[in-house]
Amino acid sequence: MDHTPPPFFKRGPAPLVRLFFFATLSLALLVIDARFRYVEGLRSWLALAAYPLQRAALAPFEVGERVAGYFSTQARLVSENERLRAKALEYSQDAQRFQAAQAEASELRRIINAGERLELKAIPAEVLYASRDPYAHKIFIDRGAVQDIRPGSPVADESGVIGQVTRVHPFVSEVTLLTNPDQAVPVQVVRNGLRAIAFGGGASGMLELRFTAANAEVHNGDQLVTSGIDGTYPPGLPVATVVHIERDADHTFARVLCRPAAGVDRGRYVLVVANEPGARPARPEEVQAGKDRREKSRRAKKAAPADAAKEPEAPKESDAAR
Amino acid sequence: MQPASSSILMPVRLSTIVASFALALFLNFLPWRDLRLMPDFVALTLCFWCIRQPRLVGLGVGWMLGLLSDAGNGVLLGQHALAYSILAFLSVWLSRRILWFGAGLQALHVLIILLVAQGVALLVRVASGTAFPGWPIFVGPVFGALLWPLVTWLLLLPQRRAQREQAI
Repeated sequence: MDHTPPPFFKRGPAPLVRLFFFATLSLALLVIDARFRYVEGLRSWLALAAYPLQRAALAPFEVGERVAGYFSTQARLVSENERLRAKALEYSQDAQRFQAAQAEASELRRIINAGERLELKAIPAEVLYASRDPYAHKIFIDRGAVQDIRPGSPVADESGVIGQVTRVHPFVSEVTLLTNPDQAVPVQVVRNGLRAIAFGGGASGMLELRFTAANAEVHNGDQLVTSGIDGTYPPGLPVATVVHIERDADHTFARVLCRPAAGVDRGRYVLVVANEPGARPARPEEVQAGKDRREKSRRAKKAAPADAAKEPEAPKESDAAR
Repeated sequence: MQPASSSILMPVRLSTIVASFALALFLNFLPWRDLRLMPDFVALTLCFWCIRQPRLVGLGVGWMLGLLSDAGNGVLLGQHALAYSILAFLSVWLSRRILWFGAGLQALHVLIILLVAQGVALLVRVASGTAFPGWPIFVGPVFGALLWPLVTWLLLLPQRRAQREQAI
């Protein structure tokens, strides 16, 4: 005799079986995503599906801003106008001085036969929202592959670097903020040109200069700018200010904390600085690899002595350029 | 004996469920000031439908919503998917039991479910190498559970209204 229930009682597999199925699927996805990054295509499609909702989530703020703008008083507009005019005057002076300085710098660079510095192209973008995971230190901006954003481009606001584009979807991009512990920026102290690497400090919202020798000449209040030797960040963008230094005789390295110059966790508008691939010279490792290959083909017996000539910072910088 | 929260309702429309999930995702994407203190609206809505309509909404829906959340938030693909499928499982499993209680005791059950889901997401995050984010992360589920009576009232509204109109 047949003991199967009639079809209208059918409920599919038991919940526990389903749980195992979906949990296994999730774990598999996690491992694939974390280790091999094979699922970027799927992620792009999902991000595209979520885009209308993300876009809609901005609407209340846009409406609020418009309403607030409508009701802003005459007096406030006048004062704001005055402030902006003063600022514009200040900036125009700066711009004139900058042009003169740039002309002078390019003249000097020509004299010492250095390559021309490239003009930077910047794409303005609006911050859509921050990642729901408060410790991911990521934000999403409303420009994507369609607007020619490339992964790896630095992102800055009016006062300095805030992060780097790490993923590009069709209409949105994901920016990893400087404060993310995995994010590193090669920096330079403005005062004396000392090079260092700034890592994100995580929840504290600060940056940390790792691998800075205990006797390195860093003071509180030192300005840090991008050094530009990694080929990812253009040189001279403000990054942070040193606020705290701990020197301990037991450790080889000093602990240097810095406060980001830009509003890393606030601000609505940012600039994506387009970095041109191929505009930079080959990395030392690449040159080295090429040399090694040539040496091998020649079957030279002498080992290349260039290893010793490598700068100690070089491996860290390549790390930072991820 | 009847479940405490049962009153005769119109059958739910699929459009209501879809709209509620869209609204929940929208609320999650709003730029909140402190995300740790915000309840996860998608988890709350998923919990509600799994308890109310375990035959319509279950693990598959939870898993898909989790994937959407993962992609939208730029976290590891599968983190929310795992948390939401466990949440859906617990909700479906406990749905018969939970519906016997009044709103307050229901909220307590939901608190446990939300905490487990948050814990799973946290575990995945810590396993992938992030530092422990601190205890405030468990405040969101508490707020979520406090919102439970409101969510119940709001999401049952379409079914009730239809009923009232018919009665008139």
